[in-house]
Amino acid sequence: MKNNFVIETQNLTKAYGKFVAVDNLSLQIAAGEVFGLLGPNGAGKTTTILMAIGLSEPTSGLVRVNGYDPAREPIKVKKVVGYMPEKIGFYDDLTARENLEYTGRLNKLGSQEITIKINEVLESVGLQDVPNQLVGKFSHGMKQRLGIADVMIKKPKIAIFDEPTSGIDPEGTDQVLNLIKDMASQNITVLISSHQLHQIQKICTRVGIFSKGRLVASGSVDKLGRETLRKGKFNIILPIAQLTGKLRDEISKIQGIMNIETKENSTVITAEDNISKQLEEAVLSCTGLKVQMRVEEFELEDIYMQYFKEL
Amino acid sequence: MSGLIEVFWKELADNFNSKRFIILFLLVYLAGIATIYIAAQNIRSSVDDSTKYIFLNLFIASGNNIPFSFPLFLSIFIPIVGIALGFDAVNSERVSGNLSRLLSQPLYRDDVINGKFLAGIVMIAILIFSIVTLVAGLGLRMIGVPPQAEEVLRLFVFISISILYGAFWMSLAILFSVLFRKTATSALASIAIWLFLFLFMSLIAGLIASTVIPITQNSTVEEVSQFDTLYRMLSRISPSTLYGESVQAILLPELGNTSPTMMMIGMYAGLRPTPLPLSQSLLIIWPQLIGLLALTAICFSISYIKFLREEIRPT
Repeated sequence: MKNNFVIETQNLTKAYGKFVAVDNLSLQIAAGEVFGLLGPNGAGKTTTILMAIGLSEPTSGLVRVNGYDPAREPIKVKKVVGYMPEKIGFYDDLTARENLEYTGRLNKLGSQEITIKINEVLESVGLQDVPNQLVGKFSHGMKQRLGIADVMIKKPKIAIFDEPTSGIDPEGTDQVLNLIKDMASQNITVLISSHQLHQIQKICTRVGIFSKGRLVASGSVDKLGRETLRKGKFNIILPIAQLTGKLRDEISKIQGIMNIETKENSTVITAEDNISKQLEEAVLSCTGLKVQMRVEEFELEDIYMQYFKEL
Repeated sequence: MSGLIEVFWKELADNFNSKRFIILFLLVYLAGIATIYIAAQNIRSSVDDSTKYIFLNLFIASGNNIPFSFPLFLSIFIPIVGIALGFDAVNSERVSGNLSRLLSQPLYRDDVINGKFLAGIVMIAILIFSIVTLVAGLGLRMIGVPPQAEEVLRLFVFISISILYGAFWMSLAILFSVLFRKTATSALASIAIWLFLFLFMSLIAGLIASTVIPITQNSTVEEVSQFDTLYRMLSRISPSTLYGESVQAILLPELGNTSPTMMMIGMYAGLRPTPLPLSQSLLIIWPQLIGLLALTAICFSISYIKFLREEIRPT
């Protein structure tokens, strides 16, 4: 495997006796991507993550994280990967700072570096006022944010979050998602598993849908939506109610149009390709107006439901 | 290697800070001082002109009404301390959700379990060393007889054996903490094993031995000796017997043989035991020490293998 994928699996399989938790998974995640793992409980998301960080050994197949095999060279993998487990726990009788210090020391940071870094990460997760409070007294949302601080302190190249927003209030969810987004903007590759489709859609560049241990679909939300809901066709919405005379002729000359339909105040044009450029030109030449075209967007939820309806 | 050191220091600090150990330390100190006080009160009756090691006698002597000597007290408390140190070593981390976070940091898995084990041993060593020194100091003040060099050496051997004994109980408790998911289960299992080995093993050994070789008033010396050998063999399954025998041989240099029956026979024959040099005492208890060490190593390696091969799920 010689390429730029930071996380790569080939025919990765994990079986517990007869039960196959992850079935022949082949997945590639490039540097800088924010990849969302979706799927119902027990679909194999967590198992995949565990194999990627060497907490579980694959039954067969390959995993490479940053070019290393997590089962063979766990330290090299764990140096660059920050992992936030689903049910994150801290030492309840230590303070937030002490907990982070321990992580820092385990990552072989110098003591000065640790102090600076702790202040920095606590500030960014909004816990700067409670560094000396016992973690046992933290709320669930605060612990979750401390978990992100715990991932950030080791300056990872890859950050893996397993259900980072489960069980916290909408405001807390927003904070957590924004923090993850920030990490992604710092060129950290992010792998995130979640049920909360709306949130995933907000931050992920690409998603993979898991079902019964298999990756049933992967790609950007747009691409997945077109493939599953529109059979690969583009719906372009033209904010003109009636296509008259010349404009109609002009538009019908464009290659690949399959259907034209009027809906309320706009016209929906179905095509094989994204022809919004050509449409724009056509409208401009006919009416002299510069009209904004809109390619139909999809809700991840609809796509997701589509997959699980079929099963 | 540095991962091991970090885990070690953290665990040691945790041990010192936890209320569990403050309570245990207080309890052990109070009980230790009480035992030595009783011993000092009664030492006059157990010592005569021919007693060579008066200072060591302080550790062995017990009250007339209360048959409770310092080694007996230690053989009860050390398992409790060992179990308290080990029973939740791994499963509490698992339950609290720390384990998967900890193991996703760049350290080897064995660093975690080794660090915990080492921190526990250091803790046991500190406890035993301090209580023995404390008791020795008190005893020195009370009876005013300074220890001889040989006695000091023997006390150090006594401390080391006690640490080894503590290490066994801790490794057993760690084993249960790896095997069982719930801390309550592992605590109960360790205590059950302790009670069984401590209280019932000698009963069971006696029962089996007397079934195999029934002893009556008409039994020959040979039969009595055979019974005794079998009984000892069986009760040596229990590490507390191994510990008791080794401590006896170390603190009672006159003891040429760990079997009381053989001692009795010797006394009937009119033999007055002469104290053995330390090297000879050590030679006598060598099998016991190896036994304790082996039991510790077995428990620890099973937990080690189990922990290293396990899948760490965040639940």
